[in-house]
Amino acid sequence: MTAALVVEQLLNGLQLGVMLFLMAAGLTLVFGIMNFINLAHGSFYMLGAFFAASLIQWSGSFVVGLALSVATCVLLALAVEAIAIRRLYARDHLDQVLGTFSLIFFFNEVAASIWGTEPQFIPTPALLSGSVRLLSGVQYPVLRLAVTAFGLLVALALYLLVAHTRLGMLIRAGAADRRMVQGLGVNIGLLFSFTFALGAALAGFAGVITGPLLAVQVGIGEPMLIVAFVVVIIGGIGSIRGAFVAALLVGLVDTMGRFLLPAWFGYALGPALASMAIYILMAATLLWRPQGLFPAARG
Amino acid sequence: MPKRGAQWLLALCLLALLAVPLTGEVFYIRLVTRIFVFAILATSLNLLVGYTGLVSFGHAAFVGLGAYSVAALGLHGVGSAWVVWPAAILAAALGALLIGALALRTSGVYFIMITLAFAQMLYYVAVGSARFGGDDGVRLAARNSLGVLNLDKPVLFFYVVAAIFLAVLFACSRVVRSRFGRVLRGIKDNERRMQSLGFDTYRYKLVAFVLAGALAGLGGALDANLNAFASPRLFHWELSGDLLIMIILGGLGSIAGAPIGAAAFIVLEEILSSLTKHWMAIFGPLMLLVILLHKGGIHALLAGKHER
Repeated sequence: MTAALVVEQLLNGLQLGVMLFLMAAGLTLVFGIMNFINLAHGSFYMLGAFFAASLIQWSGSFVVGLALSVATCVLLALAVEAIAIRRLYARDHLDQVLGTFSLIFFFNEVAASIWGTEPQFIPTPALLSGSVRLLSGVQYPVLRLAVTAFGLLVALALYLLVAHTRLGMLIRAGAADRRMVQGLGVNIGLLFSFTFALGAALAGFAGVITGPLLAVQVGIGEPMLIVAFVVVIIGGIGSIRGAFVAALLVGLVDTMGRFLLPAWFGYALGPALASMAIYILMAATLLWRPQGLFPAARG
Repeated sequence: MPKRGAQWLLALCLLALLAVPLTGEVFYIRLVTRIFVFAILATSLNLLVGYTGLVSFGHAAFVGLGAYSVAALGLHGVGSAWVVWPAAILAAALGALLIGALALRTSGVYFIMITLAFAQMLYYVAVGSARFGGDDGVRLAARNSLGVLNLDKPVLFFYVVAAIFLAVLFACSRVVRSRFGRVLRGIKDNERRMQSLGFDTYRYKLVAFVLAGALAGLGGALDANLNAFASPRLFHWELSGDLLIMIILGGLGSIAGAPIGAAAFIVLEEILSSLTKHWMAIFGPLMLLVILLHKGGIHALLAGKHER
């Protein structure tokens, strides 16, 4: 095990962590402000990747395809919010999870009937193909570095939006005390729609930029969603900062677990332990801090 | 419809289901056996959701543990139902004790996500274990043996499952009417009030969680026997979600609701999937409608008492 190999795995872990943050940020924003839990969040990740597979081919440009795919996700999210989600805000969490769970069936089936069950592939943009040399000569794909960098840029933009704009202030105020914000004359319904669409945009964006790294097929959103839940639980629900720290932690623990544990515990026990690593991390966090690492102040 | 009429109707439906083996059609015998197995699973989950107010999105974990116990013992040549089924119940109960002890430290939406995450963890472990066939699951050599009864005969297995279902239903209806069951309902209504009355609510919730898990383990063992197959899908969150939809469909908080919901769900699934390959695209929005419109489920509709 050389240092370069470890660095390579650390970078992979970082990349996974950043993608998880984009997923978890949407979940936690939507939960924080609307007290709404959305199981269909993973569908936007999947659809983002599917849209990109078609739109990049159609437009011949990665950037145009990316923008169009994210825009399509936003439009779809606004439609879904208006038709179904809006009716679930006032319901209990059981109705919310089951309503959005039913939406997954629908999205998966629609995706399967449009794109079929064969995996789709998103070509790597020419600028990002090739690889760079890490220390002691390991080649690392530029694409992965670019995905991490893009993800971090969007995370930074999200931070600026939430922490330093009027809109972000409203989002934070809505999370702290929804009725007070409403009483001050803010159209809370519009704010809900916007936040939901923002979450979908982040998930769709994550789907598009990880697209070239994976085989795009029906069902890719759900594993990401479940791990994003683990991130939200560890980070503290409703907290963007918590989601960021926890996402990097989970990304690194998962990647390094899969890399190191089989070597330490042998090939019978190791892979099983590796797939449990992040859940053990979650259980440990719960024992230590049941409200997560950064419990959000809620009014 | 008056309450009495609804009860007669339900009894009649049950009798009709119990008479299905008279048709001699193996397809329908299997279908109704499956309904009974899922009725057991839904009933066990209803103890948590309908009576204790605990929304567990990880009930599949215990179904899977039950089924994989059958498979694991089968690989070691243990095939007697007298050993295997109690072992399946025990394994699921232990799993529920561990997961419940952790998950019950939280509540509300955390509880939903944590139960979901732990069940998915077991799913990934099952998919990753080469010993249990990984993604393909384990095919059983034969159904378990129950003394002189040969469970490989569909009709016999049907009546064994039906008898277990009725026993579980009876036991659960006793449990929810007992002092223990009333405490659970008290917790559902207002946990803080129960605490100030001096009840250690964590312990009551944990016992309920373990009990529900144990029954789900039994259901899982029966499912593995029905299909002679333990599939990792039994751990998957889709099953947890399906079970929740079943009890919403049938009606929360009534013992008859869960089995009605299970039957309705499976029959609907069967009909839709025979109509079109893309039945999920219909089923999903249909379920969404049920959730948006439900007022106490089918059972309340029958009994003529609308909630809300």
